[in-house]
Amino acid sequence: MTTNSLTTSQGAGRAGDKVFSGAAMAAGCLILAVLFGVALFLVVQAIPALTAPPESIQGGHGFFAYIAPIVVGTLIAAVIALVIATPVAIGVALFISHYAPRRLASGLGYVVDLLAAIPSVVYGAWGAAFLAKEISPAYDWLANNLGWIPIFAGPASATGKTILTAGIVLSVMVLPIITSLSREIFLQTPKLHEEAALALGATRWEMIKMAVLPFGRPGIVSAIMLGLGRALGETMAVALVLSSGVLTASLIQSGNQTIAAEIALNFPEASGLKVNTLIAAGLVLFVITLGVNMIARWIITRHKEFSGAN
Amino acid sequence: MKATHFGRNAAIAVIAAGALALTACGSDNATGTPAGTQSAASGTKVTGTLTGIGASSTGAAMDAWKAGFATANQGATVQYSPDGSGAGRKAIIDGSAQFAGSDAYLKDDELAASKAKCGPEGAINLPVYISPIAVAFNIPNVKELKLDAATVAKLFRGEIANWNDPAIAALNAGVTLPDLKVTPVNRSDDSGTTSNFTDYLAAAAPEVWTDKAAGVWPASLKGENAKGTSGVVKTVTDTPGAVTYADDSAVSGKLGTASIKVGEEFVKISADAAAKAVEAGKPVDGRAANDVAIKLDRKTTAAGAYPVVLVSYHVVCTTYETKAVADLVKAFETYVVSDEGQKTAADAAKSAPLSKTLQDKAKAAIETIKAKA
Repeated sequence: MTTNSLTTSQGAGRAGDKVFSGAAMAAGCLILAVLFGVALFLVVQAIPALTAPPESIQGGHGFFAYIAPIVVGTLIAAVIALVIATPVAIGVALFISHYAPRRLASGLGYVVDLLAAIPSVVYGAWGAAFLAKEISPAYDWLANNLGWIPIFAGPASATGKTILTAGIVLSVMVLPIITSLSREIFLQTPKLHEEAALALGATRWEMIKMAVLPFGRPGIVSAIMLGLGRALGETMAVALVLSSGVLTASLIQSGNQTIAAEIALNFPEASGLKVNTLIAAGLVLFVITLGVNMIARWIITRHKEFSGAN
Repeated sequence: MKATHFGRNAAIAVIAAGALALTACGSDNATGTPAGTQSAASGTKVTGTLTGIGASSTGAAMDAWKAGFATANQGATVQYSPDGSGAGRKAIIDGSAQFAGSDAYLKDDELAASKAKCGPEGAINLPVYISPIAVAFNIPNVKELKLDAATVAKLFRGEIANWNDPAIAALNAGVTLPDLKVTPVNRSDDSGTTSNFTDYLAAAAPEVWTDKAAGVWPASLKGENAKGTSGVVKTVTDTPGAVTYADDSAVSGKLGTASIKVGEEFVKISADAAAKAVEAGKPVDGRAANDVAIKLDRKTTAAGAYPVVLVSYHVVCTTYETKAVADLVKAFETYVVSDEGQKTAADAAKSAPLSKTLQDKAKAAIETIKAKA
């Protein structure tokens, strides 16, 4: 016998091997089938809305006039969330990986992960019932003092239920995703790089700037992208917090809408072409999130050899 | 060994999660279980399963009716899927449901289409649920206001921007109105409440409210909004100067409510006043005698009628395929419009009970339901 016992097993083990590999492949195919099924459903159901005469679509100017403002609204909310969450998340991740004493670090990491376990409807209820009310004086201040900047143009919303509030709630929701991924990556920085930097006389901050951040950059980018995916698709929190309306430049007035919230709010009572329109909106969101996730994957694979995030 | 342990734990976790999910579902229905165990008003016991699809606005009442009907008729079950009024009307027309719940009666073309599955006379509408819609506001130290339709419309269109506006002061002599910004709050979701409220404004104040009645708030109006009745009420409660429209049951006590000008007097919101307004409505033109569709007269001047009201219907066929189904529908609808059924709904959903006249009309209509000969 010249067979290599490391690559081929014998007797009873071989049957088990086949069953297991078959089961694993079935599981893999199932995922593809589900994804394909969802995509097919969305496309088939969306076609009537895409081909319908423009005046029969809600708003009366066709599907693209209907979807464009809410795509922009979705992006605004997600960008606000990332602008707020990214620096905080990277700071927290660096603190946990490089500054905090070991015992505190594990406890803090656990607390950040807990944030991800809170259901989104709870965030929504918190945002609508507490945050919006408490933050509205700040919006008044912004409108009075920085009102010349278009995004802070007054009059500020009296309820505080604005796209900025929705973005703040979203930022808390994406924080744990970005933090835990970044922390894992920072912890994988080669010890030799860090020690070399310190040996050259770098301070702790300079060491992080020279060794940790360059090493972790692709990982950070993909963490942000995954956070973006979450922010784009978040439904319940936005539906509860945002006082929706037409596309508005000012972030502290009521207005704007996101795709996911638009679907959630209108689907229960929709019928006929309205259902197709909402499903077509879902298709647009599906394509956007798919794109974001593919870009994130692509960045990770491009830097595979350096990054710990694979 | 490790693997088996894992498997067992996983199995336990799955069972536990399943049990939790089941309990969670079960608690929905528990609220409306009536205390008594009287039999259905029809007297005869029926069995079988009845399927309905329709409006979500009557969800709480529907849960109560399901439970009450099942208690009175062992072996009879009612399934109701709150997919929306439009979905419900579509389902009764294509025969996929045996009754529909709808915040609006069948339109003429829908009635014609229903003749394919519902027999030569098509489907009929039975009013089962009346809900007064309050104009509710949060003004410190003001609990009651008198408003007319045009003023309400202007408030919600942003044409009256401050509570001390002369238009409001003129209607409310003696009330100290604060210098406070008006913040109108509407529903962000598609709802029957919005549809009935805008219908009232469009009918009673056509010169101000130039938009058509619809379930979705006009997008051109700038205002605040929130999801669901609880959402708008919460937002208004938190925001001084805010005003909204919502089911009376959800606002009573928490916020100020407006009396609405009807004829020359101002009518306070109440279940009785709502029922009166529905009674003042006319039968819809061109419908069969047994169709209880009501064309609400939003401009009514009937004494003590409160015209901002939502009427929800059950749409049923006049002819069913089998006697068993016809009997089941008759028994269920008889229970729903009976005193007991209306009281059950009033307790569970705080709706306004149907007036005696309407109950009698509905009962007479239910009696005409038959099976295919």
